[in-house]
Amino acid sequence: MKPAPFEYIAPTSLAEALTAVHKHGSDASLLAGGQSLVPVMNFRLAQPAALIDLNNIPELDYVRREGNGQPEAASGHLHIGSMTRQRTLERHPLIAQYAPLLHEAMPYIAHPQIRNRGTIGGSLAHADPAAELPVILLALDGRVQLQKSGGARWVHGRDFYTDLFTTARAEDEILTEIELPPLPPRTGVAFTEIARRHGDYALSGVAAVVTVDERGICTAVRLVYLNAGDTPISATQAAALLVGQAASEELFTAVAHTAQQEIAPTDDIHATAKYKRHLAQVLTMRVLQQAFTRAVSA
Amino acid sequence: MSDHTTLITVNGKTEAHAIEPRLLLSDFLRHELGLTGTHVGCEHGVCGACTVLFDGQPVRSCLMFAVQASGHEITTVEGLAQSMDNLHPLQQAFWDAHGLQCGFCTPGILMTLLPFLAENPQPTETEVREALSGNLCRCTGYQHIVDAALLAARRMEIGN
Ligand SMILES: Cc1cc2nc3c(=O)[nH]c(=O)nc-3n(C[C@H](O)[C@H](O)[C@H](O)COP(=O)(O)OP(=O)(O)OC[C@H]3O[C@@H](n4cnc5c(N)ncnc54)[C@H](O)[C@@H]3O)c2cc1C
Ligand code: FES
Ligand code: FES
Repeated sequence: MKPAPFEYIAPTSLAEALTAVHKHGSDASLLAGGQSLVPVMNFRLAQPAALIDLNNIPELDYVRREGNGQPEAASGHLHIGSMTRQRTLERHPLIAQYAPLLHEAMPYIAHPQIRNRGTIGGSLAHADPAAELPVILLALDGRVQLQKSGGARWVHGRDFYTDLFTTARAEDEILTEIELPPLPPRTGVAFTEIARRHGDYALSGVAAVVTVDERGICTAVRLVYLNAGDTPISATQAAALLVGQAASEELFTAVAHTAQQEIAPTDDIHATAKYKRHLAQVLTMRVLQQAFTRAVSA
Repeated sequence: MSDHTTLITVNGKTEAHAIEPRLLLSDFLRHELGLTGTHVGCEHGVCGACTVLFDGQPVRSCLMFAVQASGHEITTVEGLAQSMDNLHPLQQAFWDAHGLQCGFCTPGILMTLLPFLAENPQPTETEVREALSGNLCRCTGYQHIVDAALLAARRMEIGN
């Protein structure tokens, strides 16, 4: 129950970290909050030869809103540094105002002590299909920036998750920034989940982002599920049923039914796949009702 | 692997230590400093027994390496009482309200509640339970812990 020996590298700038990643390649692991990595090291399920600690790089810890000094600019994208703590996001006024879905999901992630260390970049890179943040990234149609020495690229959330605990990130890349576009007018969001105990990874959970026109007709919607497959699962067929329609109980029932067929949960020690589908169906009804109500009054 | 030179402040005292990188902060406190008040239950972040303050915020000391504490301030349960017969009001409330039985979970719970009560001087019972959701207790059934936290909040409010 103790980690195997490793070389400890603590860069104090992103440039230094990129050089270290380039040099050590797959022998090294990046250490962010450590709230997923250190447990597996304690159990020796991971034994990296080197750890590159990102905790002394202040330039990766920020929340900013675009707008060239005009904070009210409607086009404002949110930019979040990958080493921003989950606890910071939970309490950040810009997040509460401009990314209410992210704000709403934060308290569901583990416990305050874990969120004090855990980072947004660490959770996104870790790619646990039961985690909240990857689901929120897809629901908000966000992107992540991946940097390596001599280059940077942006990857959309929907392309980032390729398999169980696997992303499009190359070994020599560091996830440096998360970009969230602003919500369109008349957009309502909602997130909910069911866990056995508060703070546990959830059995089922769903995020909804719904946009309506002046008459209340749905023009766009995203429904994204956690613990519903190997990656965060976007239920596009279910979502398509909503477009062009007004809110109604029957419609939501049909959407929830399609969604529970579209997702691909598996049996595990906590719940059967059948039960997870049932939960997803019930939760879909709840988030749709909430998101539509919020969209109309937004 | 070679030791790293660190400068860590624990309960207000700053000292230099040469530390092997893989040493967990929890083991550093217990084995190197002899501060065995910080308990270790699960070593994967679930039980909360190892909670300490890192720059004033509660964290799992089993999920950090001691080298990461260099240049930072750690507060452990040993930092609470001024002396054996002059307990911190939070500790005294646990004593008076029977907030502990075996005491294994208690240090982690105290270190969780201390910053919580500083931010929420008049918490509701629901808020206290929420704040304690990351700390497991196998003895008390939590009711007396919640009572102790609320008692401490009342006394500390009056004390201020
Ligand atoms: C008791 C407990 C309960 C939890 N419950 C939940 C929960 O309910 N929901 C949830 O979502 N999470 C939960 N977590 C996990 C927690 O949210 C972690 O903080 C998160 O999964 C990982 O973030 P981190 O910053 O701690 O990353 P780390 O643990 O440091 O890293 C995780 C992985 O990502 C890689 N990585 C980290 N940062 C980067 C980067 N910038 N670029 C590239 N790769 C990087 C690391 O190399 C490592 O492989 C729980 C953890 C614990 C201990
Ligand atoms: S020993 Fe650290 S949380 Fe259990
Ligand atoms: S008092 Fe025994 S574990 Fe809490």
